[in-house]
Amino acid sequence: MAKAASKRAVKTKQPTFTKEQELKAYYNMLMIRRFEEKAGQLYGMGQIGGFCHLYIGQEAVVTGVQMAMQDGDQMITSYRDHGHMLACDMDPKGVMAELTGRSGGYSKGKGGSMHMFSREKNFYGGHGIVGAQVPIGAGLAFANKYQENGAVSVTFFGEGAANQGQVYESFNMAALWKLPVIFVIENNGYAMGTAVKRSAAKSEELYNRGSVYGIPGMQADGMDVRAVKEAAANAFDHCRSGKGPFIIEMMTYRYRGHSMSDPAKYRSKEEVKKMRQEHDPIEQAKARILEEKIATEADLKATDAAIRKIVSEAAEFAQTNPEPDPSELWTDIYLEAGE
Amino acid sequence: MPEVDLLQAVNMALTKAMETDDRVIVLGEDVGVDGGVFRATNGLIERFGAERVRDTPLSEAGITGLSVGLAAQDFRPVLEIQFMGFIYPAIDQIINHASRLRNRTRGRLTCPMVLRAPFGGGIHAPEHHSESTEAMFAHIPGLRVVIPSSPKRAYGLLLAAIENPDPVVFLEPKRIYHVQKENVEDDGKALPLDRCFVLREGSDITLITWGAMIVETLAGADQLAEDGVSAEVIDVATLTPLDTDTIFSSVEKTGRCVIVHEAARTGGFGGEIAARLAEDGLLSLLAPVKRVTGYDTVIPMPRLEHHYMPSLDRILTAAREVLEYS
Repeated sequence: MAKAASKRAVKTKQPTFTKEQELKAYYNMLMIRRFEEKAGQLYGMGQIGGFCHLYIGQEAVVTGVQMAMQDGDQMITSYRDHGHMLACDMDPKGVMAELTGRSGGYSKGKGGSMHMFSREKNFYGGHGIVGAQVPIGAGLAFANKYQENGAVSVTFFGEGAANQGQVYESFNMAALWKLPVIFVIENNGYAMGTAVKRSAAKSEELYNRGSVYGIPGMQADGMDVRAVKEAAANAFDHCRSGKGPFIIEMMTYRYRGHSMSDPAKYRSKEEVKKMRQEHDPIEQAKARILEEKIATEADLKATDAAIRKIVSEAAEFAQTNPEPDPSELWTDIYLEAGE
Repeated sequence: MPEVDLLQAVNMALTKAMETDDRVIVLGEDVGVDGGVFRATNGLIERFGAERVRDTPLSEAGITGLSVGLAAQDFRPVLEIQFMGFIYPAIDQIINHASRLRNRTRGRLTCPMVLRAPFGGGIHAPEHHSESTEAMFAHIPGLRVVIPSSPKRAYGLLLAAIENPDPVVFLEPKRIYHVQKENVEDDGKALPLDRCFVLREGSDITLITWGAMIVETLAGADQLAEDGVSAEVIDVATLTPLDTDTIFSSVEKTGRCVIVHEAARTGGFGGEIAARLAEDGLLSLLAPVKRVTGYDTVIPMPRLEHHYMPSLDRILTAAREVLEYS
């Protein structure tokens, strides 16, 4: 497998960000964090139906990948998707209103947390069935190849989904036809309640799972937005040069439960606390910004306040926007005459 | 005798089956350490160990095929799929292998597996966590489709499903997991499969249903009784093979029939029952058979869900139309 030599990220030297990149990454990650905290609150208040999977802890992954994307590249992911939509610059109001099932949501209140889409922002969902978005992501890349548009499909899935058969069917076709697709495995350590070691063979090197198809892969520190961005940039270069798919395994961690109902019997509170204290992607970015005097503590507080305001407005909208009319039960099943 | 709800009864039956038959293996996503997504398998791993209560990877097609292999070697796998909408990756294994193993091998191999899955709406879940596509499985020869609707029937029918030498799709109406408590004797006694249960006897109209719609249907019968109408209520319980004897003898007595189900109308199992009545029970009927069902739409998100689910009002309206017809 010399040609598809997979490798682990070299962790001794982290890539550096410009001042603008540091601030942008900090803003985007904090936006996701605050949005998700609010979503968690609204869920607790009974405002959100249709389940809810929070991205808290994993913010650096989608933020760093997005920073390496170009206009026209597509993104597709699983049900832990709110962060991806915000990273794609979708409107927080429309996302939050979808969570609360309101008519002003991205799917008119008929999709919920897992099912939002934006063609303008090249976000292809939000998908509820574990791993089922992966062949669809390969299909997006296939279309790019037909169209020779230079775009890359970024297909996210979790390490739990990495055990689904259709992931490997996708790997095969993507490699066979050299499709411009980056498979991003967000390895947060737990497939719902089952630790990766208990559910995946050779669990320490999921990035290598495309090697039999000749797909190169690498592992990156998914808690460090700079490492994520660098890994993604490398993968985009690979795809854009016509060499076919690439796999990045992002080592990350979710602080909250799998969904809002989670018995939390599968890990200790200490483990979660330790990750938060030692590896939090936002705290790491904040420390660098302060240390390198890119911004002051007061500046960052102002940023936080501005984000909180946007999130509060989204939550307000999501609670006051009208519910879908019962007639919506009958819409968008088939194309109606005259549409 | 413990007083348990439907979910606890499932847990009791699994425990009893594992105690009495060491060929019984429980497997599925998060069935072990977490005790299942709805906690139906709570405590089993502590009691029977991780070899017999197996947390699997997230790979529905794979674990279903694996169960067929276990069953072909005379184990009794009880596979949990977390939600009905997650079964579809495994459809190939269920239809092309589990349901046909006996026929294809001319009885040399059989497939005594149970596939358990919560089904149905009403818990504010998104579409693939709320649907009722039981008719898809009822259409497949070689499968049994069994749906309990009370703690006692959950206990007895699950034991029967595990004992049965052929594959059973055992669908648990999750909306009523915690609705009713009953004293269920943990005696290991199976209830008969392939039989409908008459939950309430009556002489004026037959109301036929299954799963969670039992609740609204029984409420409908209560309401009709206040109007002086005596309604018989049948819980189909085993959809296939269908116990037409119980249904026909009821309709011979009442002459009127309403079928209630939560699944979409077109191709729903209510159509099959109505067709059987039309073919072989027409002369017993005093009025057309009516169906009260979900609509031919994707089951909607929570804010619209109550518009979708057959309501007490819709059941009563249909029943009165049938009663008033000539």
